[in-house]
Amino acid sequence: MSATIHPFDGGASGDAGGARVLQPGLDVSHGQMLYLEDITVSFDGFRALNKLTLYIGQGELRCIIGPNGAGKTTMMDVITGKTRPDSGTAFFGQTLDLTRMTEPQIAQAGIGRKFQKPTVFEAMSVYDNLELAMKTQKSVWASLKARLSGEERDRIDATLQRIRLKNEYLRPAGLLSHGQKQWLEIGMLLMQEPLLLLLDEPVAGMTDAETDATAELFLELANKHTLMVVEHDMGFVGKIADKVTVLHEGSVLAEGSLDEVQANERVIEVYLGR
Amino acid sequence: MTTPISFQLWQGLPLWLRMALLVLVGLLLVGLPAGHALFPEGHALHVSAFTLSLAGKIMCYMIAALALDLVWGVGGMLSLGHGLYFALGGYAMGMYLMRSIGREGNYQSDLPDFMVFLDWKELPWYWVGSSHFLWALFLVVAVPGLLALVFGYFAFKSRIKGVYFSIITQALTYAAMLLFFRNETGFGGNNGFTDFKRILGFPIAAPATRAVLFLLTGALLAASLWFAIKLVRSKYGRVLTAIRDAESRVMFCGYNPFGFKLFVWVISAMICGLAGALYVPQVGIINPGEMSAANSIEMAIWVAVGGRGTLVGPLIGAALVNGAKSWFTVAFAEYWLFFLGALFIGVTLFLPNGVLGLIAKLRGIK
Repeated sequence: MSATIHPFDGGASGDAGGARVLQPGLDVSHGQMLYLEDITVSFDGFRALNKLTLYIGQGELRCIIGPNGAGKTTMMDVITGKTRPDSGTAFFGQTLDLTRMTEPQIAQAGIGRKFQKPTVFEAMSVYDNLELAMKTQKSVWASLKARLSGEERDRIDATLQRIRLKNEYLRPAGLLSHGQKQWLEIGMLLMQEPLLLLLDEPVAGMTDAETDATAELFLELANKHTLMVVEHDMGFVGKIADKVTVLHEGSVLAEGSLDEVQANERVIEVYLGR
Repeated sequence: MTTPISFQLWQGLPLWLRMALLVLVGLLLVGLPAGHALFPEGHALHVSAFTLSLAGKIMCYMIAALALDLVWGVGGMLSLGHGLYFALGGYAMGMYLMRSIGREGNYQSDLPDFMVFLDWKELPWYWVGSSHFLWALFLVVAVPGLLALVFGYFAFKSRIKGVYFSIITQALTYAAMLLFFRNETGFGGNNGFTDFKRILGFPIAAPATRAVLFLLTGALLAASLWFAIKLVRSKYGRVLTAIRDAESRVMFCGYNPFGFKLFVWVISAMICGLAGALYVPQVGIINPGEMSAANSIEMAIWVAVGGRGTLVGPLIGAALVNGAKSWFTVAFAEYWLFFLGALFIGVTLFLPNGVLGLIAKLRGIK
């Protein structure tokens, strides 16, 4: 694997804080994709994240578990630029300082996010949802002139196939079932061709069959992408995880294989009460 | 791919009806001015100056409604101050019309009458060049565009949204109204501009001049509609709609909403300015009342009545509400505002997609 694995195009929109933000590629020469170090975030005195330190390696499929209020969603907010940490550093690869980039810049640099509540463009067709998410020039000017090329149509078709919405491609996304919306959002992430996917409770509200299919999809993706999955469904975690991180009160409580963390006494204490 | 209801409705109509509607619109656009200019008063086919200027005025409102629909219906930014951009375009045109009066004013001065009245000896710097039509035309687009650019830059940069955004737009038009009410501002104070004599050398009240102004308004309306449809059906339009519905999702897809919002905001202000510029010579007056809060709110009502985000709906809404207003203010003048309020509440409660949405529902289109 070469050091620069993905040129990210343009970054034409928005003004960045600082020159080092718009590096032409992602430097993962040390094998790590994401570095979170000593991140602290407080809301009105409540520490949502407390000196959190976490590394995600390239190509890893990491599951994050933890009780409610452990800071899982806040961590994703920090990574995607929605929340600025009070202190600490967040780097994507060796060079991209996430705390100094805007949400769109982070997305263009190759981090895709699926929300806890499925968020799709409800008024638009499934097809249009995928079209908007597709990796391409995303400036105003480029959007005014955009025409889908044959190759881009093929990519959308392939994704439709993959997320099993081939037959609903003209339906408004708002009319899809909950599980289908989840899949559409995952499909939108795939269209972005991100290097790192953040997935917040991706199988919530899915049927068993849908959950199994999702697990299969994630395992397939883990070869090419890096995945970080927040999930409560331990059955699902067991199917996909090679490494699990347990968050508690804003910092890492335990890390290891699922069996290891499940045997960890502090984890048992947190989950079952003391 | 995703087809707005106005297109679905249009495509659902039988061919003869579509043709009939187009012919009807064409007849109105050409027939009204022709009836006014070609047939003398008393002729059965004569159209009175009052009717023609009322229709022309309503068309200007329709253009403004379309502009507001682009930012509100499509982009989700409710402006309660679009009357400001309309009025600024009107004032820019009004400056030219005032200068065209020449020495025929009450004081036979080179300066507009109100300046003589204030005992001013020369034109303020911002009136320089106002005697040139092309400069006026430039100002008609540039002044609303520039103000929208500056306002939008700060509003969207600070991520001001929703009701806060609406209130600030309203405050801005109100502040501008107070500014324009002052005589010292140099725009005629509360009387504004009126008593125009000619435009480009043609007498402004002559039937032929009126007819041409009407035709130009129709052309601007058609061009704006064509442009708006193009814009909404482009990928840009889909991104804008997406920002309206789920802004954070759009950001995490890699689009910066800032530029998308600012672009449509400025375009909309410019279209409003053009509408205002055509409004003034047809109505014959522009004063700060055009910037009143109530005026801008009325614009939002036109859009809501017609159907937000449908582009064609707001045109129907503007025509319906203003048609009703012309009749009401003659029949029961004092009840108009009550009626307007009731209309807004009724539409909000029972017709969330306006008249067009109702028609679509009756025809079984979602």
